[in-house]
Amino acid sequence: MADVRVEKVTRSFGAHKALDEVSIVFPDGGFYALLGPSGSGKTTLLRMIAGFDYPDSGSIVIDGDSVERVPVDKRRIGMVFQNYALFPNMSVADNVAFGLSVRGEAKATIAVEVQRALDLVQLGKLGERRPHQLSGGQRQRVALARAIVTRPRVLLLDEPLSALDKALRVDMQVELKRIQREIGITTIFVTHDQEEALTMSDRIGILRDGRLVQEGSPEEIYDSPASEFAATFLGDANILPGTAEGNGLRLADGTLVAARSTVLPAQGRAASCAVRPERIAILPAAVAMLDGKENSLAGCVAKRIFAGSVSTYFVDCAGQTVKVLVQNAGQPRLGEGDDVVLRWSPESTVLFAS
Amino acid sequence: MTSTTRLLEGLGRIYVGLLLAFLYLPIVIMALMSFNASPFYQLPFEWTTKWYSDLASNAQLLAATWNSIEIAIIATVLSTLLGTAASIALFRYDFRGKRFLQALLLPPIAIPWLITGTAMLIFFFGVGIGRGLHAILLGHVALALPYVIVVVSARLQTFAPELEEAARSLGASQWQVTMRITLPWIMPGVIAGALFAFAVSFDQFVVSYFLSTPGQATLPVEIYAAIRKGFMPEINAVSTIIIVVSMGLMLVTARFFKFGGEK
Repeated sequence: MADVRVEKVTRSFGAHKALDEVSIVFPDGGFYALLGPSGSGKTTLLRMIAGFDYPDSGSIVIDGDSVERVPVDKRRIGMVFQNYALFPNMSVADNVAFGLSVRGEAKATIAVEVQRALDLVQLGKLGERRPHQLSGGQRQRVALARAIVTRPRVLLLDEPLSALDKALRVDMQVELKRIQREIGITTIFVTHDQEEALTMSDRIGILRDGRLVQEGSPEEIYDSPASEFAATFLGDANILPGTAEGNGLRLADGTLVAARSTVLPAQGRAASCAVRPERIAILPAAVAMLDGKENSLAGCVAKRIFAGSVSTYFVDCAGQTVKVLVQNAGQPRLGEGDDVVLRWSPESTVLFAS
Repeated sequence: MTSTTRLLEGLGRIYVGLLLAFLYLPIVIMALMSFNASPFYQLPFEWTTKWYSDLASNAQLLAATWNSIEIAIIATVLSTLLGTAASIALFRYDFRGKRFLQALLLPPIAIPWLITGTAMLIFFFGVGIGRGLHAILLGHVALALPYVIVVVSARLQTFAPELEEAARSLGASQWQVTMRITLPWIMPGVIAGALFAFAVSFDQFVVSYFLSTPGQATLPVEIYAAIRKGFMPEINAVSTIIIVVSMGLMLVTARFFKFGGEK
C-alpha cells in the first residue's frame, strides 16, 4: 500500500489547460473521490497517475517513488475502466490471470491468486465463463478482481459504476467499499456523481476547469462549501445574492441574513450565501414568531412536490425562489399559495464573495 | 405468399443460377477437358490422364509453377507482416501526415497494373535492381501491401483501444499487449489480408510479365508465352491442379475464420 502525491501538475492540450498546477495528497489506504463536471480535468489527472499520459510539469509520487516518467506497465497500479475493458477472447479466469501471467508467475500461484480474487468479488464459480455471458454487475466485479489480483500500490477507478442501472449501482457502491476496506488499498475514484462521491469516499477533491477548488471530507465540503460552485455541485443549495455587511449579507429587499463567522468578504462588496434546502424550517405565517437569533424570510408557497417521506416546497420570497426540503412527520401540510415564514440558523448559512 | 413475391423469388433464383454458371462453367469445362483425350476440345469425351503425365515431364511449366508458389508464399508472408505492423502503428499513434499517408495507400489499388508494371520496370532498371524473380517478388510485395493494410485496418476499427490500456495497466509491455491482446483480436483480418496478398501475387500477370526474364518467369507468364506458341493441353492440367488446391485452401480458411463478424 502506498500514498500518492501529486504536486503542481500541469497539462495543456494546445491552448486548453486541462490541468493547472493541481496538488493533491491521496492518503495511504484512503478512498479519495475526484469530483467534477465533464471537462474539469479529473479523468486527465487519473490517466496521469495511471501513466497513460505525462504531465507537462509537476511531479507524481507513488509510495515515495517519482513516477512521472515511468511508463504505465512499470507503475504497479490497478485500474478499472468505465466500460470494464474485459478481454473478450479470454475466459473470466484468464482475464483475472492476465496481470500475473505477463509478470511470469508460476501457473500454480496464478491459479490460487485468481481463485482468491474471484472469491473476494463473489464470482468464485464463474471462472470459465466468457465476458459476454456475464451481467453488467458481474463484469464490473471481474474488472475489479483483475485490477487487484496483482496487488497494486494504488487502485484507480474511472467512473466504474456509470454503466450500471440505479439499483445495481447502489449495491456495487456498498460492495466496492467493502472490498476496498478489506484489502486496505489506496483508491482514487473519478466520478461526476456527487451522491457516489459522498457515500463512498472518505475524502473528496472538487475539480473545475483544471483546478482543485476544494478538498476535504464529505461532511466538511457539504457543510462548508468554499464557493458557490462547490455548494451547488455537491448537493443542493439555495444561493441568495446580496452585499456583504457585518457578519452577514444584505439582500436586495433589505433583509439582513446572518452567516456563520468564517472568512468574510470585504464590506459592501457583492456576495452571496448558500443554505441547504433541508436546513430551512417552513412555518405558516400566522404562527411564526420572530426570533432575533435566527434568519427568517417571509414568502408564499409557489409549488409543493410530495415524495412520500419528504416534501419539497418552492417558496417565492425576497425576489427569488427558495427550495425547502421537509420530512413528512405528521405536521400540518402547507398548500400552494399559503403565506409562510422560512427560518434557518446562521450556522447553516455559508457566505462567500461572488 | 402473394404471386408477386413468388415471381420475385423465382427471378432471384434464376439470377443466382446465371451468376454461378458464368463464374464456374468455364472452370468446370476446363477441368473436364484436362481429362479429355482430344487436345482440341473435341467430343465425345474420352477419359485420359495423359496431359497430367505430360505435365510432369514439362520442366519449363513445372519450374514456373514452383516459382509462382515460392514468390506468392514469400510475398504473402512479407506483405502480411509489414502490412499488419503498419496497420497497428496507424491505429495506435497519431503523427503528422498520418491522414495523408493513409490516403496514399488507396491509389496503388486503383492504378492499372499495366501502368504500375511499366513504372516498376523503368524504376528497377534505373536503380539497378533489374529484372528477374527478385524484382518480381519486390513488385508483388509492394502491390499486396495496401490490400493487407486496408483489410487489417478495417478489422482494427472493431478493436477497443481501452483493451490495450487495460493490458498495459496490468503490467504488460507494449510487445506483450500486441502479441496477447491485439493480434488475437485482429487475426481474422490478418488471415483475410494474407489471402488477398496471396491472390494478388499468385494471379499476378501484368507486373510479373514486365519484370520477368526468360527462364525466370512465374506460371501466368509462362502460360501466356506457351499459348502464344500454340495451345498445350498441359495448361488445362496445371490450371486444374491450381484451382483445386487454391479452392481447397479458401474453403479451409473460411471454415476456421468467419470474416468480419464476431465469432
